[in-house]
Amino acid sequence: MIVAFVAAISFALIHLAPGDPFSAAMDNPSVSDAVRENLRVQYGFDRPLPEQFARYISQLARGELGWSFSHNRPVRDVLAHAVPNTLLLMSIALIASFALGILVAVVQVTRRGSTTDGVLSGLSLLFLSMPDFWLAILALLTFTYWLPVFPVGGAVDPVMHEYMGLGGRILDRLKHLVLPALTLTLLAAATVARHQRAALLDVLPSDYIRTARLKGLTERAILRRHALRNATLPIISLIGLSFPALLTGAVFIERVFAWPGMGYALVNAIESRDYPLVVGSVIIGSVMVMLGSFLADMLYAWADPRLRAG
Amino acid sequence: MFARIMERRPSRLALGILTTIVFIGLMAPLIAPYDPAAQPDIVAMKELPPSFAHPFGTDPYSRDVFSRVVYGARLSLLIGVLATVVSLTFGVAYGAIAGYAGGFVDAVMMRILDAFLAIPRLLLLVAILAGWPRLSIGALILFLGLTGWFGLSRIVRGQVLALKHAEFVTAARALGASRRRILWRHLLPNLVSPIVVAATLGVAHVIVLEAGLSFLGIGVPQPGASWGNIIRDGSDQVAALWWMSLFPGLMMVMTVMTLNVLGESLRDTYDRSA
Repeated sequence: MIVAFVAAISFALIHLAPGDPFSAAMDNPSVSDAVRENLRVQYGFDRPLPEQFARYISQLARGELGWSFSHNRPVRDVLAHAVPNTLLLMSIALIASFALGILVAVVQVTRRGSTTDGVLSGLSLLFLSMPDFWLAILALLTFTYWLPVFPVGGAVDPVMHEYMGLGGRILDRLKHLVLPALTLTLLAAATVARHQRAALLDVLPSDYIRTARLKGLTERAILRRHALRNATLPIISLIGLSFPALLTGAVFIERVFAWPGMGYALVNAIESRDYPLVVGSVIIGSVMVMLGSFLADMLYAWADPRLRAG
Repeated sequence: MFARIMERRPSRLALGILTTIVFIGLMAPLIAPYDPAAQPDIVAMKELPPSFAHPFGTDPYSRDVFSRVVYGARLSLLIGVLATVVSLTFGVAYGAIAGYAGGFVDAVMMRILDAFLAIPRLLLLVAILAGWPRLSIGALILFLGLTGWFGLSRIVRGQVLALKHAEFVTAARALGASRRRILWRHLLPNLVSPIVVAATLGVAHVIVLEAGLSFLGIGVPQPGASWGNIIRDGSDQVAALWWMSLFPGLMMVMTVMTLNVLGESLRDTYDRSA
């Protein structure tokens, strides 16, 4: 239902915007009006709006997202190549950021009130306040120009990749992956660390923690065995909430590192005024985020024994 | 509430920095040494590294980056505040109506909200802005505001729902107060704290969003000096023109971070008193 709503919003947006892909504002001004009219008829832009909407929805239902003018290919094909790269980046960042964020939070809570705690809190707030593209640019500057250890951009070396052996190719891909993945991980980890620290501090005053402490368990064992387990549920709901931020971050990071994913396709589509590709990316992006939150909800239901029983 | 957050050192520091940045924005014409849009010599003076004459260097159009960053403070803060005012107006109205009406109206209004919340805000904005070639700043502010009220209206609805049957509301109703009077005089004053928190964090969020959109080329129109625009102008040669991404970015991070610090300490004090 929500997908249909998103489609309706995007259709409304397309038609609220002035002109169409064939008007002079978008297109080459030297093309004559007669040719423009022909194209409008050919692509169905002359039909009444309700009919266009019905066609649009039925196309969407069949997985057709329209025609990308800048790639001269169906939007679906363009995105089919791009989405796996974005998913790869997002999944790595998702796993790594939760691992890093939880680790930071545990360290902070073990030494709460100390300088370490304060410094880590400050750092996570710093990363939280950084625009994604700016951190990406800083990483690019630092690790490709000032300390050239990583390649500048793309997913593989544009010239040498074809001539590498299997091992070389894997290494090449990994090298290209490090900076984009690291940037996205740091940005996402900041949120996780802050939430997790708060969740752990919420749990600590509970009775069962006091019991564990009275049993003589060390602070570390209490955190690991008792507090962290009970703070798992907030983590899972946080996973669901983190998808929009991960996707948004991926858009900017792909732009800066020329990572050939959906965000990169979207940014290029904006630059070349390829509106069908823009809307297609927005729809697919929203669907990805929705699926992500849905999966997180399922995981939550499975992980919470109270919900599992009922 | 305000006095209490000032007892903390980070909040005092944040407020000090933020006041300075606001001051820079207000006094931009007096502080900036050059016209931020002037292109004095596009051949001889373009892409100069930082020097005494141009502390943040110049851009590919020979404009002084320091002056542009100073004017950027004015533009980014203005956009942040105005867009947040739009968001607050919509968010509070929508949430208060849904919460107070309850029942079917509430259910429908919340489902609509769910659908909007499902689309990441940046993508929604990209879909809107990419369709309009050459959008004015006013329209940009409006769209930034119109896409930012969903979360707040949920909070407001929850609060209204919780307070609707409080004794003081029942008492007001018994005294014959109209619906509008109950909403304005009795419910809204109880919502001031969460609204202030949401507004502070909201301004920070809008500044980051505007910078991102400008970076993608669909935010503030050229030659407007916004921090995102400046970074975009240097993004084709990030390494050669490092001063164009470093300085505006630092200003932006400082602004956003101080707003976040203030917003979070406001929330902490509010949570504790609630």
